[in-house]
Amino acid sequence: MPHDHTEPHSLLPSEPELRARALETILVQKGLVDPAALNALIDTYQNDIGPQNGARVVARAWVDPAFKARLLEDATRAIAELGFIGRQGEHMVAVENTLEVHNMVVCTLCSCYPWPVLGIPPAWYKSDAYRARAVKEPRAVLAEFGVAVLEGQKVRVWDSSAEVRYLVLPMRPEGSEGLEEDALAALVSRNAMIGTALAGPL
Amino acid sequence: MTRAHDLGGRDAGAIPEKEDAVIFHADWHAKALAMNLACGALGAWNIDASRFAREQLKDYATLSYYEKWMAALANLLVERGVLSEAELAGNVARAPLSPKALRAAAVPAAMRKVIPYTRPDGPAPQFKTGDRVRTLPAPGPGHCRLPAYAAGRVGTIISSHGNHVLPNSNARFKGENPQPLYTVEFTATELWGNEAEAGDDTISLDLWQPYMRPL
Repeated sequence: MPHDHTEPHSLLPSEPELRARALETILVQKGLVDPAALNALIDTYQNDIGPQNGARVVARAWVDPAFKARLLEDATRAIAELGFIGRQGEHMVAVENTLEVHNMVVCTLCSCYPWPVLGIPPAWYKSDAYRARAVKEPRAVLAEFGVAVLEGQKVRVWDSSAEVRYLVLPMRPEGSEGLEEDALAALVSRNAMIGTALAGPL
Repeated sequence: MTRAHDLGGRDAGAIPEKEDAVIFHADWHAKALAMNLACGALGAWNIDASRFAREQLKDYATLSYYEKWMAALANLLVERGVLSEAELAGNVARAPLSPKALRAAAVPAAMRKVIPYTRPDGPAPQFKTGDRVRTLPAPGPGHCRLPAYAAGRVGTIISSHGNHVLPNSNARFKGENPQPLYTVEFTATELWGNEAEAGDDTISLDLWQPYMRPL
């Protein structure tokens, strides 16, 4: 038995791969976890729920001014119109990039992220470096991502400290006027919806 | 409380792999996430408790992301009486699948289920959009979601979200204690002084009413 000051997790193997296998075996033997459910969860976030969802929201907002107005007014409801609902998207806010404002999103305290529209956050978003720097030197961070803040453009950083989740609505790239919604969605990267990239290029 | 997780404003190096499109870099990462979600469905804790368990890890600063998720999960399973220490050490009697266990067929619906954090009860809002507030001089003990970098600072309420579950009490299983939640905007200068990159830039946080006072 561990000493009082030892955390229970130290009872598991320390090497992460062995630890994951040991914990899964214990949970399955105890009847708490269905291994098929683990595979279904992994498959869901590997294949079904990801930034392709958010890109559809952005493309719709670019082609449909009424949808864009609803998105900026009540993002949770507008995004639900496209069927993207659920875990970690219960209270959505969309923030619009313009010639005057560039938005970027972070979670300095953990890794809060809008799962139904963007999926599981990338490693960089969860990194100590991004969490530490995004609020203090957003312009340096943006430069590191290759994003040039425009002259006169203000940077607004959204630190997700509660259950509100943010989606950046990037500016529609110039020259994209003739494109249909599907082609527009292809211009919208995950990073563009976090604010660490621009949409495009064409 | 060391608040090893409270990273905003600390010095740090370059940001890794910015175009990274890999969702799970190792099978065990995927399993760590999935085990957390599947065990969360057992209902023995809430999302605030799971975040609190991660930030309390003694080795927070040295464990990798999904190592934190596994370690905190193991701790919670024991602390909440779901597993005994002997079971976590590997001495488990085989049991049939619990009726509480998440089934594969139920996964899509479970992930699409909308469980809001808003509550109809709780105190009336003390602030409205445009009001200036000062945050508490330091984050409270336990699971307080006021980052240290924004403590004791003056900001402006830019939106109200109704009453939301308060993490401070929910993380300790002391009730949801819903409180008005606001988005509070701070100027870069207010937070960082002459170290600010551009004084007009802003940083916004979602903060509960008890985290601030009228100015």
